Amino acid sequence: MTDTGPLLRMSGMTKQYPGCLANDRVSLTVERNQIHALLGENGAGKSTLVKTIYGVVKADAGEMVWEGQKVSVQNPGHAQRLGIGMVFQHFSLFEALTVAENIALGLAGGSQRAGLRDRIVRVSTEYGLPLDPDRVVHDLSVGERQRIEIVRCLLQNPKLLIMDEPTSVLTPSEVQKLFVTLRRLAAEGCSILYISHKLEEVRSLCSAATIMRLGRNVGECVPAEKSVKELAEIMINADLPEPTPRPEPSEQAKPRLVLDRLTIRSPHHFGTDLQDISLSLAGGEILGIAGIAGNGQSELMDALSGEVPAGRPETILIDGMPAGHMGPRERRHAGGCFVPEERNGHGAVTTMSLAENALLSAFSRQSLVRFGLIDARKTHAFAGRIIEQFDVRTTGPKAQARSLSGGNLQKFLVGREVMQNPAVLVVNQPTWGVDAGAALAIHEAIMALAQAGAAVMIISQDLDEIFVLADRIAVIAGGRVSEPVPTRSATVESIGRLMGGSRKETADA
Amino acid sequence: MNEILVPFLISVMAAATPLLLAATGELVAERVGVLNLGVEGMMLAGAIAAFATANVTGVTVLGVLAGLGAGIALALLFAVISLTLQANQTATGLALTIFGRGFSALVGAGYVGIPAPQLPKIHLPVLSDLPFLGPVLFQHDVLVYLALAILAAVAWCIRSTHMGLILRAVGDSHDAAHALGYAVVPIRYGAVLFGGAMAGLAGAYMSLSYTPMWAQDMTAGRGWVAVALVTFSAWRPFWLLIGAWFFGALMYMSLYVQALGVAVPSALLSALPYIGTVVVLVLISRDARRIRLHRPAMLGLRFQGRA
Repeated sequence: MTDTGPLLRMSGMTKQYPGCLANDRVSLTVERNQIHALLGENGAGKSTLVKTIYGVVKADAGEMVWEGQKVSVQNPGHAQRLGIGMVFQHFSLFEALTVAENIALGLAGGSQRAGLRDRIVRVSTEYGLPLDPDRVVHDLSVGERQRIEIVRCLLQNPKLLIMDEPTSVLTPSEVQKLFVTLRRLAAEGCSILYISHKLEEVRSLCSAATIMRLGRNVGECVPAEKSVKELAEIMINADLPEPTPRPEPSEQAKPRLVLDRLTIRSPHHFGTDLQDISLSLAGGEILGIAGIAGNGQSELMDALSGEVPAGRPETILIDGMPAGHMGPRERRHAGGCFVPEERNGHGAVTTMSLAENALLSAFSRQSLVRFGLIDARKTHAFAGRIIEQFDVRTTGPKAQARSLSGGNLQKFLVGREVMQNPAVLVVNQPTWGVDAGAALAIHEAIMALAQAGAAVMIISQDLDEIFVLADRIAVIAGGRVSEPVPTRSATVESIGRLMGGSRKETADA
Repeated sequence: MNEILVPFLISVMAAATPLLLAATGELVAERVGVLNLGVEGMMLAGAIAAFATANVTGVTVLGVLAGLGAGIALALLFAVISLTLQANQTATGLALTIFGRGFSALVGAGYVGIPAPQLPKIHLPVLSDLPFLGPVLFQHDVLVYLALAILAAVAWCIRSTHMGLILRAVGDSHDAAHALGYAVVPIRYGAVLFGGAMAGLAGAYMSLSYTPMWAQDMTAGRGWVAVALVTFSAWRPFWLLIGAWFFGALMYMSLYVQALGVAVPSALLSALPYIGTVVVLVLISRDARRIRLHRPAMLGLRFQGRA
């Protein structure tokens, strides 16, 4: 029997969580050979919907028709047998196992273990996702981890591949290679359900889109026929303001953050050693550090925040004060504030309330502790001000950090540091996995802080973000940082070339 | 020299066996992320079940099977409470130990001071008659060899088979394992029941071979030592073997020291193997990185299942 109907049709999907209707009569149709975008802000219910397709979440009501047959996916194993594969955004890798072991676990039955290493190497090079099968995941960067997930799915030869933000950690050229792969997969008969916040990508890649807001369908369209701005406006149901241009920092501003030949051996076995990094940031300036994941970004962040001491005190000057030997608390006292890459468990203690999380980083600069006792009222008020100023959608300062969506928590964490009015702010991946509205708010807060005279360093793998924010751009590759260049004289191509520089031999000169 | 060394080595092999059995079971349970502190209780239940059955029927094999069954029964109780009903694993394990101690004392009240049939020692032609090696290696009872065989099988299974890989994966991240379609709770049930069976065997060995009789609390904290050994070995089977032999050696060293007439209080000497194990544990744990690297990340955490 030849079936020419859609590959997947869902209608009336409803899922109620305590206190939140995550999916409200949602419908979705994915045709064969189609790259279909699922768009929406964080909290719009996209994740719940795809988890239902993959059998991780069970819907309360609704009908799912797969290849013309009505099905109810019981569990992920069932989904895999049906031919549904999924690249998760979080929590599907085993830290203590090797790349090959992780992939073996993802293959049903484990019958194809023989020759698996070769297949991994072949598929990963073919699709431009280099992987060493014998490395332990524990020591890999976010970008490398994502490659494992993609390769794992590709090895399953699925009929429908669900990808949750797959490009957020890839370089522009890697993204292009991935798109070539995805288009080829679609042509070979594998439909792709593509979740992304990067609207430009969706426009160039996807032939159809379903847009969700607050758990409901709010539109379907052909993305190429809409502008990025139109798509974003359907998504968040509001007119987006244009980013406001910022005056150039004055030439004579005195340096507020200076790095002098910063060299640190990474404490992790497979980490990147920082070599000879010298930089100077003036007040009012935003410096962007671009680079592919795993080139020393997290090591640089740890060295700046003081989580790993930098040796000689003079290696790092915060507002002229030697700080290389200081720990995080003393550096905060000296005027530095820091937002790490990982929100859950690093930036925030997820099981504590927002007020307690505010206290943890701000107690000394905001004097929230007196005679060893917490000033609860002041702490509560401080958290309340962050929530109000940064439009954090939550029930209040007493809400647990983990109850917030990624974008809202990130707004809170950036807000927590910005509100402390630091001399120096360092942010690693300010908007990773954050929706367009929240990203805009975070960008504006960072720019306002710089305008008020702080020196800001942005470490990001998102080149668009760096070009929007930074006055000067430097590239980190293999633990070395290039000489910063002014943003107006830089191009995506010139920066992209530097990013790939130390990793592979560049054929073109 | 041999007249001291041979009995010493025989004793070490024997003393290490209950620890090996119980610790191998606990190792498997912990590798899938379940911390079962009820080992001591399961051992005692196994010991009395084995002793009573062997005593009533006169058949030691039935005794061993009864010990195995008693261990499984208690482990099943633990699994239902901590995995299905999702109670705190630490508290449930402690309660299981308390329950096992009380229950075995109650059932065993009538068996105190009665002799029981003993597990036969094997006798292999030629091998068992070898000088030195014969008595040290080839004249034990079958559980001694079974303990070593199971440990080797578990080590191989964990390292080299797909099943072992799944076990490690579940212990490393149950959410990820669930997302990939592995049945986390049934896998954990299996591992916990295996742990119970092994603890029951360890108990049976205690009451049918090591000290063939029943006495209240006869395991004397060996269940706890087994739990400690699992951590001390950083969840690696080979080091479990070293640790068990080390404990056994310390235990008999103290007897020999006493026999040689060294003036050390005997209470201190009997405490030596426990103290020694703790000291080694502390020394090993100083390398926090290694413990962290090998520790199953999900150890003791409850699995919420589908959201």
